Amino acid sequence: MIKQTTSSFLASTNQIWRNEKSREIVIQVIVLIALGWLLTWLVGNVSGNFERLGKDLSYEFLGIPAGYDINQYLIPYNNRDTHLRAAIVGLLNTGLVAICGIIIATIFGLFLGVLRLSKNWLASKIAYWYVEFTRNVPILLHILLWHGIIINTLPHPRKAIDIGEMAFLTNRGFYLPKPITEAGIELIYLFTTIGIIFSILFYKYANKLQENTGKQLPVFWVNVSVLIILPIIAFFASGMPVSLSIPELKGFNFRGGVQLSPELIALTFALAIYTAAFIAEIVRAGILAIDKGQREAAESIGLKSNKVMKLIILPQARRVIIPPLTSQYLNLTKNSSLAIAIGYMDLVATLGGISLNQTGREMETMVLVLLIYLSISLSISSLMNWYNHKVKLVDR
Amino acid sequence: MKLKMLLATTVAGVMAAGSVLAGTLDDVRARGKLNCIINTGLAGFAAPDDKGKWQGFDVDFCKAVAAAVLGDAEKVSYTTATGKTRFTKLAAGEGEILSRNTTWTFSRDVDLAQTFIGVNYYDGQGFMVPKKLGVKSAKELDGASVCIQTGTTTELNLAEFFAGNGMKYNPVPIETNAEAQELYKAGRCDVYTTDASGLYATKMSFDNPDAHMVLPEIVSKEPLGPVVRHGDDQWADIVSWVLRAMMAGEEKGITSKNVKKLAGQDNKDKEINRLLGKDPLQGLSKLGLSPDWAVNVISQVGNYAESFERNLYPLTIVRGMNALYRDGGLHYIPPIK
Repeated sequence: MIKQTTSSFLASTNQIWRNEKSREIVIQVIVLIALGWLLTWLVGNVSGNFERLGKDLSYEFLGIPAGYDINQYLIPYNNRDTHLRAAIVGLLNTGLVAICGIIIATIFGLFLGVLRLSKNWLASKIAYWYVEFTRNVPILLHILLWHGIIINTLPHPRKAIDIGEMAFLTNRGFYLPKPITEAGIELIYLFTTIGIIFSILFYKYANKLQENTGKQLPVFWVNVSVLIILPIIAFFASGMPVSLSIPELKGFNFRGGVQLSPELIALTFALAIYTAAFIAEIVRAGILAIDKGQREAAESIGLKSNKVMKLIILPQARRVIIPPLTSQYLNLTKNSSLAIAIGYMDLVATLGGISLNQTGREMETMVLVLLIYLSISLSISSLMNWYNHKVKLVDR
Repeated sequence: MKLKMLLATTVAGVMAAGSVLAGTLDDVRARGKLNCIINTGLAGFAAPDDKGKWQGFDVDFCKAVAAAVLGDAEKVSYTTATGKTRFTKLAAGEGEILSRNTTWTFSRDVDLAQTFIGVNYYDGQGFMVPKKLGVKSAKELDGASVCIQTGTTTELNLAEFFAGNGMKYNPVPIETNAEAQELYKAGRCDVYTTDASGLYATKMSFDNPDAHMVLPEIVSKEPLGPVVRHGDDQWADIVSWVLRAMMAGEEKGITSKNVKKLAGQDNKDKEINRLLGKDPLQGLSKLGLSPDWAVNVISQVGNYAESFERNLYPLTIVRGMNALYRDGGLHYIPPIK
């Protein structure tokens, strides 16, 4: 009796195991259970250890004054503000570097990628060596190198390199004149808005005209002139309501104007030129992925080579380029956390650095930093996925 | 069956991991080595010598504890930590002692669940500037760029000092002392600020120390001392009494040269007898130390004055607040009875 049950049980398990579908389900369930167990154990272990050390998880420290100063803030900040505000200042600094870095890297990478495919031997070799050299050196070295170059080769503020008595280059950073708005500035804003609206309408009109008649209008030049001339007219018409705050050497350092710190410049520049090398390769791959028949067809209808690139090749290459490009944008953003090596006050240096240190809340701050980076990365991904979806080939 | 075994060993492992705290002394004895967390490099306090061996005032203290506990001052393995990682490393059990110019503050003591066992160096935050800057007082530093070593109480003192005097400054936060020195030398900052002892140490490591000066203002109280984890009172007592034994050595005139002789004879001062194990010291066995613990400390490392002179005199640091109370300083230890 018992033997029979056992054998029928074995037989039925055998059957489950032999059936591909049920076997897959069984394996997945086992893996899921194992993962769940591991996760529970990890969480339990952490909380157990915390209890043992007499520590608790608490985010109350975010509400108390941070007490330290930050040298670059995009929103008003002083040392009496809370740790939360200090973290936001750091987050914005991360954002500034990431956005500037992404823009410069994209433009530069696109340029290099096209240059790499150029028929001009020298241009293509230069791009080749640039890419090979840059992407094979760790990013941290790039950052340290550029920071070192700025602080060791540029002069002290008292001997600053002066550009037209307006801007100054020193080893404490670049000081630029800062526009200060006065009463009457509204007119300039109004005219600029009108200029932008006009450019958009003109662009649409020119496109339509070309579709209908084949006639081409000089859209680029017209729009650029409108966007420049209208604000200038408004500037003079409203009695020049903008003045410049020019940096001046007072005491130890320059005061007034805008200061770009050596850390900001070095970090942005290093991230941009490093990522540009990868983007160049992605762009090259994207262009090479387009069948050469497309180029030949475009040339045969008489398009010039820059038009071939702009109108035929790049729009198609875009579909190949975007997914790997997304991952480069993510890399650049995450690499910006290396800011800590040169003392740029980003999210890791404020919340994950000084705040951590002053409050001793390692777990809380690190979890928060992790979640913030995760959400930044996921936002960039979804934005790029949306764009990818928009440009991808639609089956008809 | 196998799964059960696996579960059982895992549970046992977790429970073993859970018992790290109690019995620090037993752990150290079983390992035969003391793990000590020290500075990544600060001349005079913890820096490798030309043979690559760690030397310095804080390193001496690690050695003293090893001498008391294991009988051999060389049985120490060192772990370095930056200002930022030190408490995490101590909490995680990477060392039994944190001997790294650590300022005793309320929140570190209470909130971070650590035990400060005493003060081995009274310090205060100061400023160093190049002489050619022509600054004579920290109150003339309005608008200056200031290099700070992050992960210290320094940032808060700095913010309070400048705000209190109605001055502005541009902070440049740096992770380690070595990097901060590089930036200061390259002229990225006008001023370098950290504990005055650190400033003297940094200055002496420059090619031309005379071109720099430490300003007279000391803007904060920085009582520096060794730290242990909360929760093992026996270990905290051992570490704190090792420090006191070194100071008692200076107070009673016991040096590395005469300690063996004093330990072998009956001294008029009975406190020397008790310290050196000639007369019984009540409760010593509760600490788990042998009667010759203090003899080992003083003979192998020296008393407080010897360690101070060996490590800090070359940096032109004077005793000042760090003299014994009878010489006008702040070090005053409880009697050894």
